[in-house]
Amino acid sequence: MTIERFPVEASHIMMFARAIGDPNPAYADGSSAPPTFSMAGAQFDEDHPLRPKSDAPWFGSGREPTGVSQVGDGDGDMTRALHAEQHFEYHRPVHAGMVLTTTERDGETWEKESKRGGRLAFFERFTEYRDVATGELVITARMVGVETSKAVER
Amino acid sequence: MKASEVEVGASRSMVLADDLTRTQIVMYAGASGDYNPLHSDELFTTKVAGYPSVFAHGMLTMGMTGRLLTDWFGTDRLVRYGVRFLGQVWPGDTLTATATLQALRDEDGEPVVDIVVTTTNQDGTTVVSGTATARMDP
Repeated sequence: MTIERFPVEASHIMMFARAIGDPNPAYADGSSAPPTFSMAGAQFDEDHPLRPKSDAPWFGSGREPTGVSQVGDGDGDMTRALHAEQHFEYHRPVHAGMVLTTTERDGETWEKESKRGGRLAFFERFTEYRDVATGELVITARMVGVETSKAVER
Repeated sequence: MKASEVEVGASRSMVLADDLTRTQIVMYAGASGDYNPLHSDELFTTKVAGYPSVFAHGMLTMGMTGRLLTDWFGTDRLVRYGVRFLGQVWPGDTLTATATLQALRDEDGEPVVDIVVTTTNQDGTTVVSGTATARMDP
């Protein structure tokens, strides 16, 4: 899941800021980026599992409610994976014109029982975003994901 | 913001979304690149995944909540920002974020303020709970 080249572009920041409903003028001209913008690096991850590919079945609906015969083949069950925690450490500001690159490493895994989601399997992943031009560390991100054994109850 | 202006215990709130729309969730999918059908595909989410409807990306709520921090402290002032996703956010929800200043201290020779931030829905249920640290001017 390493992203080799994540070009930070003004129009991408603008679209991201619109999506989170933030009219800050610094995001309209790309002079800054929202604190969670680094997540949009997923657009530049060639193997991002949550983006349909033209030459592969997609687990979302088309003619049928899902486009794959068995949801959950491969990387784990996509219907049961949820985002549990997200943490960012900011080392340098992000602005349009930068090109970032990432390296990832897996952290701990642990389990918990819950009434709402059944057996919960947690996993941790660290991502470092670096400026390609200088090699300097820009953001360190820590993600905790969880796989639930059933749909989480409301 | 200057360190001398920090009042520990001071708090600010902001309504992030009033009647959150499916369209905004779709906008977030498009901008972020997280096209998980759980967030946009009602048929898949109800028939295959077994949820009552599509629901927002946790990162949409974290992103919206971040606005409260950058409006207050300015852009590029955060040293860290982290949250736990405690409850799902559904279309139609009204979300309100509240940030409270916890402590003023020095970090690497610079004044910083620690902040506690929570976002709740119309039922008063906390959907996002986290902390942030922002750099202050001396």
